[in-house]
Amino acid sequence: MKKTILSLAAAAAVLSLGTMGAQAATKACYIYVGPIGDFGWSYQHHQGALEMQKNLGEENVELAYLESVPEGADAERAIERFARSGCNIIFTTSFGYMDPTNKVAGKFPDVKFEHATGYKREHPNVATYNSRFYEGRYVQGIIAAKMSKAGVAGYIASFPIPEVVMGINAFVLGAQSVNPDFKVKVVWANTWFDPGKEADAAKALIDQGVDIITQHTDSTAPMQVATERGIKAFGQASDMIKFGPETQLTSIVDDWGPYYIERVKAVIDGTWKQHDVWGGMKEGHVVMAPYTNMPDDVKKLAEETEAKIKSGEFNPFTGPINRQDGSEWLKDGEVAEDGVLLGMNFYVQGVDDQLPK
Amino acid sequence: MRIELVKRPQHSALFSALSPFIALGLTLIAGAIMFSLLGKNPLEALYYYFVDPLTGLWDENNRWQLHELAVKAAPLILIAVGLSVCFLSNNWNIGAEGQFTIGAIVGSILPVMYPDLQSWIVLPLMLLMGMIGGAAYASVPAYLKARFNTNEILTSLMLVYVAQLFLDWLVRGPWRNPGGMNFPETRNFHEYAILPEVWSSSGRAHWGFVFALVAAVAAWFMLSRTLRGFEVKVLGQSPRAGRFAGFSASKMVFFAFIVSGALAGLAGISEVSGAIGQLRPTISPGYGFAAIIVAFLGRLNPLGIVAAGLILALSYLGGEAAQISIGVSDKVVRAFQGMILFFVLACDTLIHYRVRFVGAPAAKAAEVSQNV
Repeated sequence: MKKTILSLAAAAAVLSLGTMGAQAATKACYIYVGPIGDFGWSYQHHQGALEMQKNLGEENVELAYLESVPEGADAERAIERFARSGCNIIFTTSFGYMDPTNKVAGKFPDVKFEHATGYKREHPNVATYNSRFYEGRYVQGIIAAKMSKAGVAGYIASFPIPEVVMGINAFVLGAQSVNPDFKVKVVWANTWFDPGKEADAAKALIDQGVDIITQHTDSTAPMQVATERGIKAFGQASDMIKFGPETQLTSIVDDWGPYYIERVKAVIDGTWKQHDVWGGMKEGHVVMAPYTNMPDDVKKLAEETEAKIKSGEFNPFTGPINRQDGSEWLKDGEVAEDGVLLGMNFYVQGVDDQLPK
Repeated sequence: MRIELVKRPQHSALFSALSPFIALGLTLIAGAIMFSLLGKNPLEALYYYFVDPLTGLWDENNRWQLHELAVKAAPLILIAVGLSVCFLSNNWNIGAEGQFTIGAIVGSILPVMYPDLQSWIVLPLMLLMGMIGGAAYASVPAYLKARFNTNEILTSLMLVYVAQLFLDWLVRGPWRNPGGMNFPETRNFHEYAILPEVWSSSGRAHWGFVFALVAAVAAWFMLSRTLRGFEVKVLGQSPRAGRFAGFSASKMVFFAFIVSGALAGLAGISEVSGAIGQLRPTISPGYGFAAIIVAFLGRLNPLGIVAAGLILALSYLGGEAAQISIGVSDKVVRAFQGMILFFVLACDTLIHYRVRFVGAPAAKAAEVSQNV
């Protein structure tokens, strides 16, 4: 009895709410792999979503999100739930959501789907998008080589997928443009977000003598360890300066806001089309946090490099570049094709690590 | 002051039966308080939690949620049924997550390594190999326990990480999809390797849920109606008495681990072939560990486990519905899930034990007598 009253009352409440909010607002929905408070990957996507809503107006865009959705069987349910709950556009923001996104998209042709970092677009209502983070990594490499006394940097990596390998290579190439003997040590944390593991990795690297830490994982733990040990570090995904005011040199900030504004606006205007976008510094998707805790000449060099990449004058993956085993990858002046980068599974010369096979 | 739990000489049958309902009532109250403190309408929150996922019972448009409930509950029930046999016989298999993973790997050998073998025989073979894989993996801690008297809690748990890293290595290395741009996942299974949906017109629930129900009934029958079931319980409660009855404790170790390993393996291959369709670096959000909770929520009774598995699955689904509909974070959802478990276990404990406060009153009495 009590239960029926409860559910009746609740149903009534839901009904009234439902009719109230059912005006023409476009509903944009986001699925995050981590918590929105990770101050890294998922945090930045959420910031982009909030910026989008603010820019287009709360009366025009309704926002919904699910955080910490595991990649696998759960993702399909979460996406389907969104598709059924009246979302007009659904952003799935992790690589592991690729197949579930395409599967659900086939069932809901009227809903638009945007999958970050993937390559499958099996239906006309699926688009993919990603950013050229490696452009920022190259700038970081230059700074690292200028700032490091030991000539060795530590790199906390997540998973050996092309995206991450590409980042390590860009970092090494940047560093070698300053100091040809520069070395990078890599620790694979096998996670995107695990402050404990990331902190352990940072400690292990520092104990091995590196004096610069950079990371491709999402928590602020490595920054905090670097601060404790008094060395410098780079932030990841967001500006982590408040976690290391004396430590952070710069950070690659993923700015998804402009992209989300553009895409949701396209849905509102009825001009949304499938595409595959890989934007970088030029498009404003990759932004460098202020260059801090470094001498002026290093800052100047970093800013010059950033400007060159932004203008398209320079591409970090320009030959001559050799593979780790010494064989030639790119001839002098040759620029890597996007297709090769997106499937990158080898190191360039100078990485002090074996790529997990 | 110290709080002690004293075992009740006999526990009330009435309250034993009522316990889950009392727990549910307390959860509703505590949950309502939490949601109102967060500034959410508690009735609405509880509606999304417990009623919305079940609206499919009468509303055809929501029937897909029942399917999702079955998808989520299937591995939990399958694994927990096996664990109940283990736990009843006093074998502490904590490594079901690993057996799940190895079952999924061994079961995937055919579609991944021999994708050209396309025939109806593939699926039955996959399921069988999945069970064998899980059972074989579970017999490692069983052997170590029977032969060397090793602590099976540690060995089975550590083998979980071995299995997970092995899977990780496979999907990044030898089993990586040749057409997958170097991303860590195997090729998608072909149609003969996909576990069919049970009722495909309204959702994606697959045969794994049927397996779970069959396994639960079979285990219930075995435990309550056969000599083997009696042996499980006797050896679990009193190994010495079991020995006098001529039961072999070390054979029981193998039996319990192999049964639960096989069921975990079946859950693994069913999940991969029914719900995911390929192997990925992570294939389980921790089913093997959540199933331990399910086994105890179901009081180690296979039929109770079916109910417990559905309830835990419901709390995941309801949690998602609440996140979307009323905008609470997933932390709130997990805190609420914790409340359910806390109240169920607390109610059960208080039925078997009563609380006694000791220490402070006695000390005070002593103080008083001294002063006099």
